[in-house]
Amino acid sequence: MLLEKLSNACGISGYEDEVRDILRRELQEHVDEMWIDTMGSLMVRKGTGPISVMLDAHMDEVGFLVGAILDDGYVKLKKVGGLDDRVLPGRQVWLTQKRIPGVIGAKAWHLTSPDERGKVIPFDQMYVDLGCKTRQEVLDLGIEPGEPVYFATTFERYSDKVVKGKAFDDRVGCTIVATILQAFSHPGLTIYGSFSVQEEVGLRGAKVAAYNLNPDLALALEGTGSANGAGVDPFDTITNLGDGPAISLMDAAGFPNLQVWEQLVKLAQESGIRYQHRRLITGGTNSGGIALQRAGIPACTIAVPCRYIHTNASLLNLDDLQGAVSLVDHFLTSLEKGDFRP
Amino acid sequence: MVDVATHLADLTRASSITGRERAVADLLRRQWASLVDEAKRDRLGNFIGLKRGENSATELRSLPFPGPEQQSRPGARPPGPPKIMAAAHIDSIGGMVTAIEPGGFLRFTTVGGVDRRLLMAQEVEVHGARIIPGLVGSKPPHMTTPEERSKLLPPEQLYIDTGLSEAEVKALVSLGAPVLPRYEFRQLQGERVSSRYMDNRAGVATLAVALAELQHLKHTADFYAVGTVGEEFGGLPGATTSTFEIKPDIGIAVDVTFAKHPGSEEDSFPLGGGPTIGVGPNCTPRLAKLLRQIAADLGIHYELEVMPGPSGTDAWAMQVVRGGVATGIISIPLRYMHTPVETVDLADIRAAGRLLANFVARIDSAFVEGLTCC
Repeated sequence: MLLEKLSNACGISGYEDEVRDILRRELQEHVDEMWIDTMGSLMVRKGTGPISVMLDAHMDEVGFLVGAILDDGYVKLKKVGGLDDRVLPGRQVWLTQKRIPGVIGAKAWHLTSPDERGKVIPFDQMYVDLGCKTRQEVLDLGIEPGEPVYFATTFERYSDKVVKGKAFDDRVGCTIVATILQAFSHPGLTIYGSFSVQEEVGLRGAKVAAYNLNPDLALALEGTGSANGAGVDPFDTITNLGDGPAISLMDAAGFPNLQVWEQLVKLAQESGIRYQHRRLITGGTNSGGIALQRAGIPACTIAVPCRYIHTNASLLNLDDLQGAVSLVDHFLTSLEKGDFRP
Repeated sequence: MVDVATHLADLTRASSITGRERAVADLLRRQWASLVDEAKRDRLGNFIGLKRGENSATELRSLPFPGPEQQSRPGARPPGPPKIMAAAHIDSIGGMVTAIEPGGFLRFTTVGGVDRRLLMAQEVEVHGARIIPGLVGSKPPHMTTPEERSKLLPPEQLYIDTGLSEAEVKALVSLGAPVLPRYEFRQLQGERVSSRYMDNRAGVATLAVALAELQHLKHTADFYAVGTVGEEFGGLPGATTSTFEIKPDIGIAVDVTFAKHPGSEEDSFPLGGGPTIGVGPNCTPRLAKLLRQIAADLGIHYELEVMPGPSGTDAWAMQVVRGGVATGIISIPLRYMHTPVETVDLADIRAAGRLLANFVARIDSAFVEGLTCC
């Protein structure tokens, strides 16, 4: 499964090459043109139709960089992207793309004071233990400050529908865009697949990509938060896992183009695709960055709900993923038929 | 010889929350078949393996051994070879399912000293009709306030998300189902390995090393390698009852202790610096002295672990069973105790196993008679 390959691949912001290589191999035979821009984003083109659409998904994930390497062989970390300190201690990690195993330890609970015991371990007290005894041993493994560090989480199927993995934000978006390019044909359009870098550190890859591609309109495909767990107020769940893709009303990076948004909702309703809206406006997505390029580009975000996003492991429902693919395909068909003009 | 890394990896895979240790006892009966002369699982669930001393005709079916219920006087020891028991607990911390919520989310209670600072987003496995993987649920950071992110949620407010429907969960999971951390055994650099349940599989592996060494060492004492249940619960039930059954002259607890790392300097010992030998009221001075002497003879580096009161090991119970037992404590340094990434150095386990085996080989009737001599 493509999502599995992409989830298991390692690619924090700025080190997306493993993900890019997988996508290049997957898409080679399905697109007309393929190039890599100056930032490292993978751009593909399929078709030469009169209307151009940019389908964006970011390749990067949250993780860490190697910070200071201590004299006694421990490695300090720098966060890349938004990570909750509470989910970090006690996790296994991979250092560098060679996947050298390490662990983020914590002082034995027995030795903590009653006060410490009830508190979140501060990030500046965390480090990675690789089993090395000296700084030199770490350096000899090829680990230097600035090398990437990943959660050591392996993709897994929990049930027919629900899967677990790291980096679903936004390998699920990459999967949707790649699937559209592989499985469907829209000769009336020029479809640009934009697999962008550095979303997690400020939507940076997509901005440059949108400027270069200058499309007539854009969709950003995303993984978004979902919190329909036990004891959460229904209004507070952001999105519900299994209730279909979310068509975003607004997020921290901007508003969707209202015409595009309305068309997506209409198509979902007409074709019986289950969808939902995101009941939370924080968290930015690439469509906000894309929308402000050049003289403005109509854009909207479609997102697949992921529970426990931005942690070591999250869950998503494959029906939601399929729903998003189907919605994008219907949207492209309507553009092609001229039902809708941006 | 025992391949310690492989044996440890097998042991950490076995399920064993306190009260449900059978998988480990069964694994030991299989994997130690060639290391012991006889083995059994006792009434409480302890694993008891016997490696007979030279010329000994002891049989496990005579357990529990009868004996005087009062403190032995000098010379009052019943006839027969000296009996040495080494105990390593085979239970481990975890959780138990307490409720199935609408939507199929599982509420759980912790078993043993689970560190709640690490629970959020932890991968777990629920042992129901099959092993069901899951995640400990938490709100995403996007919708929590900075204030909330600095607070820990009590286990009652967390839940396990298996991704399954409520109906599926109800068909597979019953209340009380064990919950285990789900972390792979990983070889780190050098001889260091990290996994769940090194506390106290490191101790169990030490017993395996000792048994393997004893295949080549002459010993007159009967050696009982015991995997005790219930240690993490408190009250040391397995150590208490197995010591009662065996009625040893000498009881050695083999457990883990804290290894040094940044933030853990006090009462912590160097990882890879050899086992610790306990000293204090729970450690009979003559045994501690002999253990130190043997370590020195073998060139095994060790650290002294000062234990001013309860040792937190099975020895605390063993010492006061029936009329009292001479006790010693050997511990393996371990980093990040009670997290899913407990880390040990294989060299420490090998050294501790050698130390224990040579200790057993050194014990004769005269020594144990001397233990009760004034």
